[in-house]
Amino acid sequence: MKVLFTYVLVFSIALLPACSSDSWNNPYPPSAENGNILYSAFAERPKHLDPVQSYSSNEILFTAQIYEPPLQFHYLKRPYKLVPLSASEMPVAQYFNSNGEKLPEDVDNKEISYTIYEISIKPGVRFQPHPAFAKNEREEFIYHNLSAEDLAEIYEIKDFPYTGTRELTAKDYVYEIKRLAHPRLHSPIFGLMSDYIVGLKEYSDTLKSAANLQTETASTGAYLDLNNYPLEGAQVIDSHTYRIKIKGKYPQFMYWLAMPFFAPIPWEADRFYTQQGLVEKNITLDWYPVGTGPYMLTDNNPNLIMVLEKNPNFHGETYPVGDYKNNLKSDLFKDAGEPLPFIDKIMFYRDKESIPRWNKFLQGYYDASGIGSDSFDQAVQITGQGEATVTKEMSAKGIRLEEAIATSTYYVGFNMLDPKVGGLTESSRKLRQAISIAVDYEEFISIFANGRGIPAQGPIAPGIFGHKYGKEGVNPIVYNWKNNRPSRKSIETARGLLAEAGYPNGIDIKTNAPLVLYFDVTARGPEDKSKLDWMSKQFQKLNIQLVIRSTDYNRFQDKIRQGNAQIFEWGWNADYPDPENFLFLLHGPQRKVGSDGENAANYDNPEYNVLFEQMKNMKDSFERQEIIDQMLRILRKDSPWIWGYHPKDYALYHEWYTNVKPNKMSHNNLKYHRIDSNMREEKRLHWNKPVLWPLAVFLIVLIVGLIPAIVIYRKKERGAGISNSEKRGKIG
Amino acid sequence: MEQELVIQRNEVRLVNYIIRRMLYAIPILIGVNLITFTLFFVVNTPDDMARMHLGIKRVTPEAILKWKQERGYDKSLIYNSAENGADKFTNTIFFEKSTSMFVFEFGRADDGRDIAHEIKTRMLPSLAIALPVFILGLVSYITFALIMVFFRATYIDLWGVVLCVAIMSISLLFYVIGGQFLISKLWHLVPISGFSGGLDIGKFLVLPVIIGVFSGSGASARWYRTIFLEEMGKDYVRTARAKGLSESIVLFRHVLGNALIPILTGAVVLIPSLFMGSLILESFFGIPGLGSYTIDAISSQDFAIVRAMVFLGSFFYIIGLILTDISYTLVDPRIRLE
Repeated sequence: MKVLFTYVLVFSIALLPACSSDSWNNPYPPSAENGNILYSAFAERPKHLDPVQSYSSNEILFTAQIYEPPLQFHYLKRPYKLVPLSASEMPVAQYFNSNGEKLPEDVDNKEISYTIYEISIKPGVRFQPHPAFAKNEREEFIYHNLSAEDLAEIYEIKDFPYTGTRELTAKDYVYEIKRLAHPRLHSPIFGLMSDYIVGLKEYSDTLKSAANLQTETASTGAYLDLNNYPLEGAQVIDSHTYRIKIKGKYPQFMYWLAMPFFAPIPWEADRFYTQQGLVEKNITLDWYPVGTGPYMLTDNNPNLIMVLEKNPNFHGETYPVGDYKNNLKSDLFKDAGEPLPFIDKIMFYRDKESIPRWNKFLQGYYDASGIGSDSFDQAVQITGQGEATVTKEMSAKGIRLEEAIATSTYYVGFNMLDPKVGGLTESSRKLRQAISIAVDYEEFISIFANGRGIPAQGPIAPGIFGHKYGKEGVNPIVYNWKNNRPSRKSIETARGLLAEAGYPNGIDIKTNAPLVLYFDVTARGPEDKSKLDWMSKQFQKLNIQLVIRSTDYNRFQDKIRQGNAQIFEWGWNADYPDPENFLFLLHGPQRKVGSDGENAANYDNPEYNVLFEQMKNMKDSFERQEIIDQMLRILRKDSPWIWGYHPKDYALYHEWYTNVKPNKMSHNNLKYHRIDSNMREEKRLHWNKPVLWPLAVFLIVLIVGLIPAIVIYRKKERGAGISNSEKRGKIG
Repeated sequence: MEQELVIQRNEVRLVNYIIRRMLYAIPILIGVNLITFTLFFVVNTPDDMARMHLGIKRVTPEAILKWKQERGYDKSLIYNSAENGADKFTNTIFFEKSTSMFVFEFGRADDGRDIAHEIKTRMLPSLAIALPVFILGLVSYITFALIMVFFRATYIDLWGVVLCVAIMSISLLFYVIGGQFLISKLWHLVPISGFSGGLDIGKFLVLPVIIGVFSGSGASARWYRTIFLEEMGKDYVRTARAKGLSESIVLFRHVLGNALIPILTGAVVLIPSLFMGSLILESFFGIPGLGSYTIDAISSQDFAIVRAMVFLGSFFYIIGLILTDISYTLVDPRIRLE
């Protein structure tokens, strides 16, 4: 009894803190309840928060709210449109020939030697409060020469008592561009940018020798002052203007200017963070960002929680207004002209498992949620018209569904170097066409993606220039246009093509052996087995035997790089909304084998390559569309990919979470979002009243169960020892 | 005087024993390190690690080379044929990465963060779950086993054993999901997952601790029951009963005391490993401990963390075994460590 009593006591004591709030299951501290706070979850901890190194979507979720590049995508307009962010106006490309003479805008690409973008930034923008800027009364930086003693009590950036700020200048943008070539950093876009930004490649060598010299002399610590090393491709014109010089013409460069790679970094921060004492304490720029954006990172414990708080120095952007009202839901522009951001604090909790994440969303503790396949049926229903809506249960809670077609594509590639499925001969082409018809992606989407996707007609995702809808956009090799919709060609058509390719009924006429093909995939768990079985079934329709070659991810990547795969699955998520960013995936000179490019199928059609070169630098126009159409015709005929599908992203939002318009291109959207915290608090209390009767039932059952035990105990204590040992013999 | 001398001699023996065992630990740790190293690099090459870290898109061969050079992964794995003499073995990834571990310098993870710092900050959350599970578990399993033995051959014993078999037959994952569903989702009594370093830590610990204790109860209580039953058959129990002692005193004072050796064998070895945390409980309850750190490192192919954690795990296990031996001498004066 005593033990039982102890357990009940321990349990009650443990529950005491929970009783301070009306909801016992509230996972947040009392101080964080009912504020103007957005609660969100993250599954994977970010590796890099330094804008020059960060390239993953789980990192940009944070960096995009903190750093402000010169441009951004308009929050509401579709198709995606670039607008100024910290730039005062949209920069205009100026073209020059090799003599430095300015050329007209419509000049032939061949004559252009270089392009100049002159970018003016808004005045009066200030950095977030940060110790790197803190100065004493003599105007000296307080924390730029920290000793071990100074750092004794410093564990996080918030432990520094003093902070400062200063105005953003053009120099900060140039500093960041120079950091792309920094020898101690790994910028994923350095390789690409050194092909375009004039002098960046050589600049990397300059910095490398400077860093080596510095290591030898060891006079100035690890800080490499990039201001001392000029870069031809990025120059400061005046305090609020800088100039970027690009080799030839590269119109897509404007999209890169909307990514955190081109956000400003103050030299003071670089100087501050390179102090050895701070590096040893994990206090680095890769960990504690310094930006001008609407939010600043105030708590960085990626094992548990990351907190963004409103930047008190934010320059005052407003919610967009425009003439696009007719196309949008009215509640999306009721805040037009209002100062941003609306939410004071964003708390990201680390929740690795999907089940707790999903349940916390249903309890109102997370404001939004994605939909996993195991909770899909609980959350979403498909109407008779094929439209997705939330289920009654979700609707009763006021939860709504937002969907957006991702600017991505998932495809199955044929290795064009493979002797059986590759090559541009008529027979290999027909073999690939036959397989493309047989693999029924409509069925795949319905079974494995819960209907969340649209079958692809080519590489370009919807919403991107060059993608055509309706009859015009249909791939005539795989589909017929029937009853106003694409209809997959019959399996007989595919069998006919297979016979023409030299494999009637799946038998190779040359060897009389059955056709065996190999599908290379990464080693996966049992849940993916059904997908692979399904894929084998698709090939069986043509009497082709598909052998699954499963390997681990590293070996799979090796196979792709060395061109040893035959048929493989791959995907691409667009960097920017331009057809070039999809069509380059099939550009011959960017093959995986030999050039280590992104063309995993190693497709190399000279005609296509010429058209690609022509198209890539063009402005969106009728002529560009014509060329793209021509390229798509070639691709569809050659069928180097089974075009696969473009996924649709579904997300659920609570009633109190408004101003949400899914934007697959930009990530700095949290500043537009709004939370009604009073409504949230009310609903949370209503949904999470503690249910106490099970505890009472448990105790009653325990007590009732104990009564006969007590009776036996008493009997035993009164009984003789000899009878006990007799009983022991029975069960021993 | 003679007694003091005996005690002193025993102490010297104990210290000698500990030193000897610590020296034995060195080849064991080298072996564990070698096995970890081999297993890791059979499935990963340094190039794979670089690619994993640098991302899939737009990674140039130069970037991979630079990444490897910076982290010392551009050398031979175990044997460097290009070098002379001892350098053939010392100028390798294995030698360079292993030697520092023996002085507990774990270096930096592939993302540049200090591993020792991470281990320090993650040890406490791991311990916050593992320690209560261990203590409450031990107390309740022993209590439950003693109750079954006390009521042996009655319905309590029979149903107790049935319950134990049922509990041990079900996976921990089921208890986690079921517990979260019932206690957090339906009854709203505690948060589903989460952690706090503050005073409100209790509400996050209740459910994982209950589940941790409950899921282990079947196997442990049955095991302890067997130990106690074996003790019950010994002569000293009959003597105690013959003296007229009550059954509860016989059981709780005499049998429990004498059954401590096998209990200690199983329990003490676990104590140092408690720091290492629980993989499933930490993952599902969002506890930022060392268990989830290890899992994350394996999935992100971070060799620096994996080898540090395996090394620490083995080290703690060895310490646990030594502590077990020492604890024997404490509970049974007849045992001497030679």
